[in-house]
Amino acid sequence: MSSPRKSESRAGLLFASPWFLGFLVFLAYPLLASIYYSFCDYSVLKAPVWVGLSNYRELWRDDVFWITLKNTGVYALFALPLGVVVSLALALMLNAKVRGLAFYRTAIYIPSLVPLVSLAVLWLWMFNGEYGLVNVGLKHLGLGSPPWLSDPAWSKPALVVMSLWGLGNAVVIYLAGLQDVPQEMLEAAELDGARSWDKTRHVTLPMISPVILFNVIMGIIGTLQIFTVPYVMFPGGVPARSTYFYAMYLFDNAFRFHKMGYACAMGWIMFLIIFVLTMVSLRASEKSVHYGGS
Amino acid sequence: MAKAEIRDVDPLTDAGANRPTRARQKTSKGKQGVASKALIHLVLLVTSLIFLTPLAWMISTSLKPIEETMKQPPVWIPSHIFWGNYWDAITYGSATLGYIPFLVYARNTLIVCILVVAGTVASNSLVAYSFARLRWPGRDIAFAATLATMMVPFPVVMVPIFGLFRDLGWIGTYRPLWVPAWFGGAFSIFLLRQFFRTIPFELSEAAKLDGCSEWRIFKDVILPLSKPALAVVALFSFLATWNDFLGPLIYLLDQKTFTLSLGLQFYQSQHGGTQWNLLMAASTIVIAPIIVLFFFTQRVFIQGIALTGLKG
Repeated sequence: MSSPRKSESRAGLLFASPWFLGFLVFLAYPLLASIYYSFCDYSVLKAPVWVGLSNYRELWRDDVFWITLKNTGVYALFALPLGVVVSLALALMLNAKVRGLAFYRTAIYIPSLVPLVSLAVLWLWMFNGEYGLVNVGLKHLGLGSPPWLSDPAWSKPALVVMSLWGLGNAVVIYLAGLQDVPQEMLEAAELDGARSWDKTRHVTLPMISPVILFNVIMGIIGTLQIFTVPYVMFPGGVPARSTYFYAMYLFDNAFRFHKMGYACAMGWIMFLIIFVLTMVSLRASEKSVHYGGS
Repeated sequence: MAKAEIRDVDPLTDAGANRPTRARQKTSKGKQGVASKALIHLVLLVTSLIFLTPLAWMISTSLKPIEETMKQPPVWIPSHIFWGNYWDAITYGSATLGYIPFLVYARNTLIVCILVVAGTVASNSLVAYSFARLRWPGRDIAFAATLATMMVPFPVVMVPIFGLFRDLGWIGTYRPLWVPAWFGGAFSIFLLRQFFRTIPFELSEAAKLDGCSEWRIFKDVILPLSKPALAVVALFSFLATWNDFLGPLIYLLDQKTFTLSLGLQFYQSQHGGTQWNLLMAASTIVIAPIIVLFFFTQRVFIQGIALTGLKG
């Protein structure tokens, strides 16, 4: 090895050293410790005691665990696909060359900037049964006034609506992908007599499929960890635990019930679910996602 | 309203696609899109208004005296602009509501934000430079491992990290919130690395021939050319810190040290459900700086989001 090569290696390791340290301290160690704790009885005050699989066994029998898992799954099942469809549709429209685009784009993007706690507080007011703007509007249209915040059948739909309000970020990501679709391809399709919808289906969507996949995976990771908004809006997952989500129960186990080992076991199950779902979407996309030459 | 939103947007995939075909068959090129364009306009306009309504309603409520918040039908323009809500939200000292020092929260948030942004930019630019432009054994494996860390959900490592900070005696201080930022993060490393790689390598070679050290090349050649990417990383870490709720919730104990997000949640949990005008004023205080920042840095924002989504 020549000496300039050696000094480059040394510089490389030196430049990267903050991350090596960060990786070890804030990631590798906590991951290993967390596996270990998940097999331990561990509260804040006592040292961890090995108990084998008993945390996992207890989770299996824990009704609340299943309730929060189901709540999270149901929420994700609605929020994720709706989010993809709506944000993609908005992005396709924003990609058309119409006037006033700057205004539309800004208007749709701004809500996604709202910090989650403010979002929760704002929508508590919007969904207020009597004076909230949502029900005032619905009453005006003769659609009644659903008890968004106090009825278990309406609390999750309320959260889905809120998630749609904040999808501006995904819209901008799609938009960036759309602007990368080569104009020549669309023109060629047009010459072949492709109609607008055909162009979208057979040219645009395949071209941006990697972006869709990216958004779906990010969406899965984020949605399964939903915490802040329900924590602020529905303390304890009211009404009737309908908004008690997985991450909330995990947090409560760790910091309210001081069952740290139990919380770690929950964390690993969450990790496993996210991992499997990500792999499934990657696998499922193998045939349908098109990667361009670039 | 929820329904209206979905209904307005959903059919557009059909309508937006079908209408133009019909229009196209009749008319020649150029005019074909008129009907579909009008429809797109309509849908976008309605959607935009729906998206802006909650924010407009928040501001409207924040400027009303309490009686007017409960008027039916709702009053959009307050009978008189009532700035007092903001004053109350900032300095409330009355015996009934307790002291909710939003100015103190704002200062706390800024302190944490500044320390995080500084650490994020400093550490990640160094690390990304190493991954992007220096060769060392195992680099590509290390980079792949770095990307993989993005999949680890925070709840998995939350307990051991909390234990670590507790053992260090850092619970109740800001250190758990900002110290990790000085040790790099996968997302920023990735973003900066992608950008650094677009800078021609000849520049580094030429500087090396002139006898520059890697540090000089990094500092005097690469960094000055990377301002847009550094701005993106700084902005995103600022936003993430400003918005962060779980971190402050876990690590901060004393109300005087709360950040805005935690402070707003605390305020809502104490007095929510009644004083909507005060609550909306407090919410506006938390949101407004972000929106103002957005208008000043729009270009950076859009660039950054595009960067994150694209070469993913």
